[in-house]
Amino acid sequence: MKTTITVNGEARALDLDPRTTLLDALREHLRLTGSKKGCDHGQCGACTVLVNGVRINSCLSLAVMHDGDQVTTIEGIGTPDRLHPMQVAFLTEDAFQCGYCTPGQICSAIGMLGEVAQNWPSQETAELTGKITLTDDELRERMSGNICRCSAYPQIVAAIKSAAGELA
Amino acid sequence: MRPFTYERAKDAQAAVKAAAETPNAKFLAGGTNLLDLMKLEIEHPAHLIDVGRLPMAAIEDTSDGGLRIGAMATNSHLAADARVRARYPVLTQAIVAGGSGQLRNKATTGGNLLQRTRCAYFYDTTKPCNKRAPGSGCGALEGLNRNSAIFGASHACIATHPSDMAVAMAALDATVETLSPSGAARSFPVIELHRLPGETPEVETHLVPGELITAVVLPPAPQDSRGGSGQVYRKVRDRASYAAGLAAVAVAGGKIALGAVAHKPWRAAEAEAALAAGASPQEAIGRELDQAADNGRNAFKINLVRRLVPAALADAGEQGRGA
Repeated sequence: MKTTITVNGEARALDLDPRTTLLDALREHLRLTGSKKGCDHGQCGACTVLVNGVRINSCLSLAVMHDGDQVTTIEGIGTPDRLHPMQVAFLTEDAFQCGYCTPGQICSAIGMLGEVAQNWPSQETAELTGKITLTDDELRERMSGNICRCSAYPQIVAAIKSAAGELA
Repeated sequence: MRPFTYERAKDAQAAVKAAAETPNAKFLAGGTNLLDLMKLEIEHPAHLIDVGRLPMAAIEDTSDGGLRIGAMATNSHLAADARVRARYPVLTQAIVAGGSGQLRNKATTGGNLLQRTRCAYFYDTTKPCNKRAPGSGCGALEGLNRNSAIFGASHACIATHPSDMAVAMAALDATVETLSPSGAARSFPVIELHRLPGETPEVETHLVPGELITAVVLPPAPQDSRGGSGQVYRKVRDRASYAAGLAAVAVAGGKIALGAVAHKPWRAAEAEAALAAGASPQEAIGRELDQAADNGRNAFKINLVRRLVPAALADAGEQGRGA
């Protein structure tokens, strides 16, 4: 089935079995292996990408559902010589050990900061009609869809806080 | 996943027509539950009708002061809507208690209502399950039933409905709007959408084959006697975040709905009536629990609900005795 998805700013024409998930289209067909397959069931967050600027689990979406969409993967967030501030913060704060969850963590964190900027609530938001403050509890709750098997959580929180300050 | 064909619906009428004409077809919206179940080969539709881009994502004021939520509104957009936060905080609280940020960004209002149980026997295709394989038996009856139903279950099925959002909508007396394959639109209370399991747990709703949920309509928001919202959602679970509930309660203007305790969002009508007649919250939920039954490992849920509901009523400022 013919599908065109704009990935990291470049229109990519694909001809796919409808069963192909967005994650498999990125990894197996476009050879963008930065997005990781952890659980393949939306539980771990390693496959998180931005679709039209919004973070989703790419494993729980069919590629054909994204015809015409703008997808940003970790490869489009930054490059080794031009790192995104979130990537710099993860390095500076030592926010990983094995690194497998890291592309998903970084894409999710960037999407999450966009949600906070739009004042979207979370279950840690006590005053629903007020302005959101990104406390540690808010940050942890909002990142609960990303699991780190090495348990680098304290450093991940520190990295995201650091990048949030820089990006603000 | 088993092979299937895919089409993107041009409009709602075309979607229901395709669903009626194509054997074993299913609607696909966000896909967060359906695609997961297709990977596990629990769901195996032959044809998917993608309704995700139909222009049904708007959240609009109704003329009577309520809110009409398009079926394709994402969980994130619905929870973040300023009118929902101000007038229906129980709904925002319920939605953000479910799933993760990534899932709520994709999951839709209609899909959330139609998500399937998280019962371990439904998920394990090597085990009997009358819901997944009618006639195969219920593995949960004498098995790992810690999160099974305590209200309205049958000997064929003790699974629970996992939605948080639907529980808040039940307490808010929401109405579901649908489009039938015949082209006819209808609406009915959200509490009448889901069925109890009875002898046919595989039939989970009162929708006819091919019927599409198009919207959920909230009536004007209830207010308590002090002008507050009188609304609260409380969910108890094993982890602080991103976990299905063991029990949940939505309170809205004296209406009480329970989650994760039945095959559908459970309106606690006995407790509501007792409260209205002047009973204490403890007495009122006790009246509701007179009809509860457990299967062993889920017995703790009865005490959990007995404590949870009075706590939520206190939170909501709905003390029952004319507070």
